[in-house]
Amino acid sequence: MDAMQKVKVEIRNVSLAYGATPVLRDISVSIAPGEFFALLGPSGSGKSTLLRLIAGFNQAQSGTIIIGGEDITRVPPWQRNIGMVFQNYALWPHMTVNGNVAFGLVERRLPREVIREKVAAALELVGLRDYGERRPGQLSGGQQQRVALARTIAIEPKVLLLDEPLSNLDAKLRVHMRTELLALQRKLGITTIFVTHDQEEALSISDRVAVLDGGVIQQIGTPMELYDHPANRFIANFVGTINLLKGKVGPAGTGVAFDSHALGRITLPQTKAAAGDAEIAIRPHALTLLASGDNTDAGQVWVEGTVAEREFLGEFVRYTVRVGDTDLIADQPHYSGHPIHVPGNRVKVGINPAQVRLLTA
Amino acid sequence: MMTTARSGFTLVQAALALLIAAFLLAFLVVPVIMVIYVAFANPDGELTLSHFASFFQISLMRESFWNSLIVATLSVVFASLIALPLAYFTARFEFRGALLIQTLGILPLIMPPFVGAVAMQLIFGRSGSLNLLLGDWFDINLPIMQGLNGVIFVEALHYFPFILMNLTVALNNIDSSMEESAQNLGASGMRLFRRIVFPLAMPGYVAGAALVFIKVFDDLGTPLVLNVTNMLAPQAYLRITSVGIEDPIGYVISVLMIGFSLLALWASALVLKGRDYATLQRGYSGLARRRLKPWQSVIAYGWIILVLLLVLSPHLGILLLSFGKVWSFSVLPDSFTLEHYMTVAQDSPRMVWNTMLYCGLAATLDVILGTAIAYLILRTRLPLRQSLDFMASAALAIPGVVLAIGYLRTFKGVQLPFMDEMLTSSWILIMLAYTVRRLPYALRSCVAALQQMHVSLEEAAENLGASKRRTIYRIVVPLMAGGILAGFVTSFMTAAVELSATIMLTTSQTDAPMSYGIYLYMQSAAGRGPGAALGVLAVVIVALGTYFSHRLIRSRAAGQQARPLQKIEV
Repeated sequence: MDAMQKVKVEIRNVSLAYGATPVLRDISVSIAPGEFFALLGPSGSGKSTLLRLIAGFNQAQSGTIIIGGEDITRVPPWQRNIGMVFQNYALWPHMTVNGNVAFGLVERRLPREVIREKVAAALELVGLRDYGERRPGQLSGGQQQRVALARTIAIEPKVLLLDEPLSNLDAKLRVHMRTELLALQRKLGITTIFVTHDQEEALSISDRVAVLDGGVIQQIGTPMELYDHPANRFIANFVGTINLLKGKVGPAGTGVAFDSHALGRITLPQTKAAAGDAEIAIRPHALTLLASGDNTDAGQVWVEGTVAEREFLGEFVRYTVRVGDTDLIADQPHYSGHPIHVPGNRVKVGINPAQVRLLTA
Repeated sequence: MMTTARSGFTLVQAALALLIAAFLLAFLVVPVIMVIYVAFANPDGELTLSHFASFFQISLMRESFWNSLIVATLSVVFASLIALPLAYFTARFEFRGALLIQTLGILPLIMPPFVGAVAMQLIFGRSGSLNLLLGDWFDINLPIMQGLNGVIFVEALHYFPFILMNLTVALNNIDSSMEESAQNLGASGMRLFRRIVFPLAMPGYVAGAALVFIKVFDDLGTPLVLNVTNMLAPQAYLRITSVGIEDPIGYVISVLMIGFSLLALWASALVLKGRDYATLQRGYSGLARRRLKPWQSVIAYGWIILVLLLVLSPHLGILLLSFGKVWSFSVLPDSFTLEHYMTVAQDSPRMVWNTMLYCGLAATLDVILGTAIAYLILRTRLPLRQSLDFMASAALAIPGVVLAIGYLRTFKGVQLPFMDEMLTSSWILIMLAYTVRRLPYALRSCVAALQQMHVSLEEAAENLGASKRRTIYRIVVPLMAGGILAGFVTSFMTAAVELSATIMLTTSQTDAPMSYGIYLYMQSAAGRGPGAALGVLAVVIVALGTYFSHRLIRSRAAGQQARPLQKIEV
């Protein structure tokens, strides 16, 4: 199967409510042609609703959806030509694999010969060439998902939608299918939007991610941007593990400083910020731990604490260090011979101001 | 086709709903309201209770009222006594009798009670086989078939499967953790059963018991064949056929019958209310089954064999009767002959054809209506769509006699278009009565089929370019096929043995279906043989139909799910 057309998806000011309950509030996203785009959020955040809105199964109260320059807000699902792979695959049990994959092509009144070729090509693409005569019930979970994928790309859709595509697979298969999905998307070049609640999944394969919560897009960015520069407290908490600390921001000399009870004063790298109550976020691996007698580097801010807990996670060791009345999580890389801190030990925690993020909300 | 975002339905859907509503109004709601109106109106059209007063002044009517109530109640009691132990054995013990009990469960349903009633008289009557033997051996005579006893005996034996099946399903749905936690807290044996198991199965029992009550209350054929006329259904029939369609007493009886049906349904709804025991947890495991001790096996098998003999007796009796030359004042017929089948072959091909025609059409209409209503209520946001379901299901509470009286009164004088015939004297009304009365069963089976189908199966079709109409044609109907077929079979089979409405709506021999023919034959002593032969024929047709449709459904299901294969595959 050849590369497909690359199409831009624009969602403008979309709002949707079920009765009095708002599900999506003024959502605007622009997805570039050929992009692999993730909608990430906890359950109930509205991510699946947004996906179904693009497919046409939900109708927004206001706003427009533009695909490839064409306003499709009022077009019924069957005329949109937007492929969707359902979370439970939705394979029809009364048809064979061939019948399932051919379905959309039959609806498009293609000649029999063409349908046969396209079905074979789609099944070939997902590695199920010899499975055409089987029934969906005779396939394993991973195979069923490939059939669902083949069925969707057989119609050569403008956009590919994936609703929690990996959630029904076991852990090992999930990682495998993840890379396979990405490879397929790159090969076809099709604009792909996928919904997931698994941040690791979203960060590992997508070009960009939109994080939703409470029907509002909290942040849109590349996985690295989300991780390194979380826009707010929700993102900081939801994407990865993080230390959050409350305090006050104020001007200090030419720059800005953050004062907190636990850490004292940290001079922040930015040059200006609104003074007042604020919060900072620090990733656990941005903290350095040293035994209390060790020499310290003056480029970092150092505080004293006691190791409260220790978790060994293979690549690194996760320490919970009590500093005053605050717990800090510090991840230290592990290799044989690296110094180990024992719970109860006094330690010094080093904070690199360049790694500290000042949160706005 | 474009769905409007705000209202959520299309014009086609709205038109379909209106069409169905019009049908139900014309052939269910209006006739029933007509019956109720006549019962409460004096000749000037004013509302009055005088008809009810005169009803209760007639001693025969008072007697019939109490008799119907007693018969229905005692039938439920005896049916429960038969069904409870059987259900308990299958749910709690590991033994081979389970299959036997399942067979027991459907056997009586393939033969209408009034057909067996005559045979029961020959076996259990005053001078029947059993009493002749008892008289010879012990010089006693049991009044099993005398008067009301006979009706209760026949009805309880015929309808106990409704309780058995509902109760068995309910017992099988109880999660073993329910029982285990009770055992953990110290309950066991009968206390465990009384405090935990039976209350959890209660909804199933009550649903079955209410159904039996309604069925017995409705049944016109059995009392008539047993010559018991002092009950409500026979009295309604006799008043309307002898006094005439204007006689208000017939309408009063109809209203009383509707009232008791509603009462039974209401009582069962009351028990079920707020007790939707979703007892099966994830990681299903039913009640733990125990192995029977030897002495328990003896009791269990003894009871099953006794019930099996009783249940089979009308079938055997009918078979003997159809082949017997003379059978009276003897344990078995004196000699055997094929004469009765010859008579039937000569007289009744027309009736067999009529049954096929009426029931086939009625069942077809039922599944079309059932599928349409199921789709409208489950897959659209049409306003008032639930009222379609309510109207269609309300037919359950309307006795056949009442519906027939309503038809005769409502369509009095209505002429069929393009034909020189009255609607009330044509077979179309019989067919429509079958359609309306069996619609609730077909509807339930269509709704269940659609409910089991995940919406994403349809959405996937729309996503791939199929319109609503094409989706219904290519996905919904094929996937519902099993449920639709099951609905068709249930409608067809039960309509084939319907008698209450049939007796009242059949106006000529040429339009009569088999059930009416059997009833007619059974009226005279000389007709019993051919009547039995026709009955055997009806049972064979119904049984064959059930068998083949089960096979069809099973082979379809096997092809679609093939779950065991999946294990080999992985």
